[in-house]
Amino acid sequence: MSEQTATYGFMEPQSPPKTARKPFFKLLFGDLLSATLSAVTVLLLLALIPAFNWAVLDAHWTVRSPSDCQSGGACWAFIGAKARLILFGLYPPSEQWRAVLVILLIVGMILVSLSPKLWNARLLAVWGVAVGAMLILMGGGVAGLPPVPTSKWGGLPVTLMLAVLSLGLAFPLAVLLALGRRGRLPIPRAVSIFTIELVRGLPLVGLLFVAAILLPLLLPPGWTIDKLGRTLAALTIFAAAYLAEVIRGGLQGLDEGQIEAAEALGIPYWKMIWHIVLPQAIQNVIPPLTNTAIVMVKNTSLVLIVGVFDMLSAARSATTDPAWPAPSTEAYLFVASIYFVICFGIAIYSRYLERGVAARTHG
Amino acid sequence: MKKKLITITAALALGLVSPALAETTLEKVKERGRLICGSSQGTPGFGAPDDKGYWRGLDVETCRAVAVAVLDDKDAVDFVPLSGQQRIPALQTGEIDMLPRTLTWTLQRDANGINLTTPNYFEYTGFMMPKKLGITKVEDMSGASVCVQTGSTTEVVVNDVSTKNNLGLKPVVFDNTTAARQAFFSGRCDALITDAGALASVRATMADNPDNYIIFPATKYMDALTPAVRHGDDQWLDIVNWSIQALIAAEAFGLTQKNIDSFKKSDDPRIRRFLGTDPGNGQALGLSDDFAYRIVKALGNYGEMFERNVGKESPLKLTRGRNALFTDGGLMFPLAFQ
Amino acid sequence: MISALWYSARVRAWAAQIALLAGLGLFLWMIVGNTVENLTARGIRTGFDYLWRPARFPISESIIRYDASDSFLWAYVAGLANTLWLSLLSIVFATILGLFVCLARLSHHPVLSYMTGVYVTVLRNVPLIVQLLFWYAIATSVFPAPRAALNPLPGLFLSIRGVYAPALIVEPGGWFFLIASAALFIVALAVGLWSARRARSFGAPILLAALAFWAATNVVLYVALGRPLKLEMPELNGLNFSGGTNLSPEFAAIIIGLTIYTSAFIGEIIRGGIEAIDKGQWEGARALGLSERVVMFKVILPQALRIIVPPMTSQYLSTVKNTTLAVAVGYPELGLVVNTVINQTGQAIESILIMLCVFLSISLSVSLFMNWYNARVALVVR
Repeated sequence: MSEQTATYGFMEPQSPPKTARKPFFKLLFGDLLSATLSAVTVLLLLALIPAFNWAVLDAHWTVRSPSDCQSGGACWAFIGAKARLILFGLYPPSEQWRAVLVILLIVGMILVSLSPKLWNARLLAVWGVAVGAMLILMGGGVAGLPPVPTSKWGGLPVTLMLAVLSLGLAFPLAVLLALGRRGRLPIPRAVSIFTIELVRGLPLVGLLFVAAILLPLLLPPGWTIDKLGRTLAALTIFAAAYLAEVIRGGLQGLDEGQIEAAEALGIPYWKMIWHIVLPQAIQNVIPPLTNTAIVMVKNTSLVLIVGVFDMLSAARSATTDPAWPAPSTEAYLFVASIYFVICFGIAIYSRYLERGVAARTHG
Repeated sequence: MKKKLITITAALALGLVSPALAETTLEKVKERGRLICGSSQGTPGFGAPDDKGYWRGLDVETCRAVAVAVLDDKDAVDFVPLSGQQRIPALQTGEIDMLPRTLTWTLQRDANGINLTTPNYFEYTGFMMPKKLGITKVEDMSGASVCVQTGSTTEVVVNDVSTKNNLGLKPVVFDNTTAARQAFFSGRCDALITDAGALASVRATMADNPDNYIIFPATKYMDALTPAVRHGDDQWLDIVNWSIQALIAAEAFGLTQKNIDSFKKSDDPRIRRFLGTDPGNGQALGLSDDFAYRIVKALGNYGEMFERNVGKESPLKLTRGRNALFTDGGLMFPLAFQ
Repeated sequence: MISALWYSARVRAWAAQIALLAGLGLFLWMIVGNTVENLTARGIRTGFDYLWRPARFPISESIIRYDASDSFLWAYVAGLANTLWLSLLSIVFATILGLFVCLARLSHHPVLSYMTGVYVTVLRNVPLIVQLLFWYAIATSVFPAPRAALNPLPGLFLSIRGVYAPALIVEPGGWFFLIASAALFIVALAVGLWSARRARSFGAPILLAALAFWAATNVVLYVALGRPLKLEMPELNGLNFSGGTNLSPEFAAIIIGLTIYTSAFIGEIIRGGIEAIDKGQWEGARALGLSERVVMFKVILPQALRIIVPPMTSQYLSTVKNTTLAVAVGYPELGLVVNTVINQTGQAIESILIMLCVFLSISLSVSLFMNWYNARVALVVR
């Protein structure tokens, strides 16, 4: 799951340089090759017709009873009936407004943070407060909110929180690892290299097994971290190793003169890192950083394997209701579309950022 | 660098300073005010949340009985859904206090890090098949594909049955219960194997029409499904054992949730000791003397629990069978409360 | 004196490093200590002696021979073999499909190019595990029960139990026939091509004649060896098909899902490589009057290959690691076997360690091989 080199956004192919522009008809049927390609395309499109029929024309959008969904097309009514379960899992229905608030809070915070102009220490503090608020909202137990144990958390809030928290917690760790690997001191470098290569050499499923089954045995007796926390730890370490490599790329692209100038001015190491090195290094690697963000959003779905009740697990358990005939395909398509919206959103945002950087450096 | 150092030293300091408290499970549960039980990922009748998220089932109520004994509140319980392979590590590491989750009592499990308490359900391992295939016994299953969930003893049973009868069964192994069940109902396999109680639960709650499916035994051997606790805390083992015993004994004495108060003035010394009117029993366990009375008052006796969750009053409609009292030809046998 | 030491940057750096090392050592020592303490307190058995005990659990499909009476060690090996088999197939298929995706994307055909753009974008922005579950849902809901299996070709059956096709049974002499036939084919093709090139205008007929000669010798050889090959047809026998070869829905779902998912990434990697080639190369080749196809396959792709190799390696490695998701659809690769072993023996630490070590050694050996390969390719640069 290391798609560091490619971008996720939909990009028009840029080169090779265009051959002479041809009229549209000629482009499609001009020579044998184009005609064959056109024929293939038409065949592909024809093959999509049954899928289209299933998904749209023959679909059941509303039904009086689940058994009306028997024949032919997709049963979107199932999604309508089960949306609550898929989106919120086993969260107590009377408290689900809290889960909604958490989702809104995360989305709101992300929207607020979109503009690079607002990136400063204050925003970081606001994020800290927001995350605290999310955890309190989900968990309850204070301010008259009935407590909800993490075993009842589920659905979209869990997916979003796992993604945001794992990336957020991984970032400082990744910066340390990257600095360690790039630095001159041999021991931190060895430690960083070992950690990064170890984690990157393992499948995330392996790390999740360690977190779910092994980690409790490694903790001092009497210590327990619940399963959600342990899963988050595994995701965080995984993200940190990949982010570290991205940031290292940014550090490598940094002009040595910047550091030399800072050192000549007598700026202390950490101030130099915080004010001079990191801002530039990160700006250099925005596309792969957002790629890693997308990879991590997608990776949260793997927690299904260790039995954490995220959106995908919730969708799968929703499909076990015997009243509805075999609605798995619809449920997975629904979940896929939510993931797509999130990931594609990040990809578009990444391109917006890149344009901003380009404008600043060239303009 | 410095920051990393500080964090690491802080973590180390915390780790070193925090004393490894040799706390007993009883003290821990009392301090926490809640009992934490492992549960299945949803087997209605044995352990599953209802529409409102309230956990119900025979195993769940066994856990509630312990909560009543220790904390005097049947709702002071948190349930942690666990998959088959996570349940035993979770118990061993203290993530949960007890594991009432259709766990078959086997020598290997008993010897390797957990203690089994008192069986709360006796059952054979069974196959469920669609009736339309016309198969009613194991010997006819030649060549059948069988959906199996990993994390259970049934994987081994499939293999043993297949070898013994030379059936050439084709197992399709899934890592979780939901996937195995779904695959069975979609027609991926001819049969589903697990303990017959869970099969009845699956049939009653997941089949579009339960009458279309037949369940028959895979072996002639009975399994004892038994709540477990971890090694190394004998007092806690005793508490769980005798909480379950209280349920069985209450049925043997004819005590029910409704009539138990009328027995408070009973002259029978056994019943008086059971109810705690004559003191001593509870104290020996580190509980209050009326713990058995409180369990029955809150949850009823074993028979009531059975009928409510898996028997006549439930969608599963299981008969008592081997789970009847010994006086009715079953295996449920109360030990002496003295 | 001491204050001078304190302010010496080198001394401070070394002190910090030693402190870090000591901290890490202490940390590890504590973890090991905790584990040992936990294990003894809970009475959990440890050690690798279980590896030689019979496993007794079944594995639903395995490309090497596995029987429930084999040892736990052999169960791991069977799981690993499945992992490698799955990785190999999906890497090969995904590379081929990825090349097509890339070519379609770069084609001047507007509709096709746009369609592949949508394909790539959708596949890359949806988690693999969701795609796997989706394909598995399709595989187990579209096809009929075995008794009503689709039978598009004689001997080929499509049902919810997967695809059953005739199996090739090789009898004594069969291997000799297969090898001889293949060798003859190569010879016939080489001779045919060589003489075809010499006799330009009669090229095609000569090639055909060579191939016809090959076919004729095949028939003679086949009969002479006593018809050493047989087809075993799958037959509906009781509940299921027996005989023939079988592609299970689990394997089909994971191989389709993994191939399609990976092809989207590979397509983009190849495209990145091609687009990185200097425009002058295109223009130069076109100026020479080479056809578009020759430009692509003889000029651009060979150069792009050098750029493509590193990201492609990491993509291949990801694919190997991604096979662990097969757990979700019930294909018995190493992860699922490890899961089962943990449950049967309770020896979680040993099982998970084995799994991690296996993947780590695969990753490291591929990385080492790639470094060596890169060095070689770099040396050839002119």
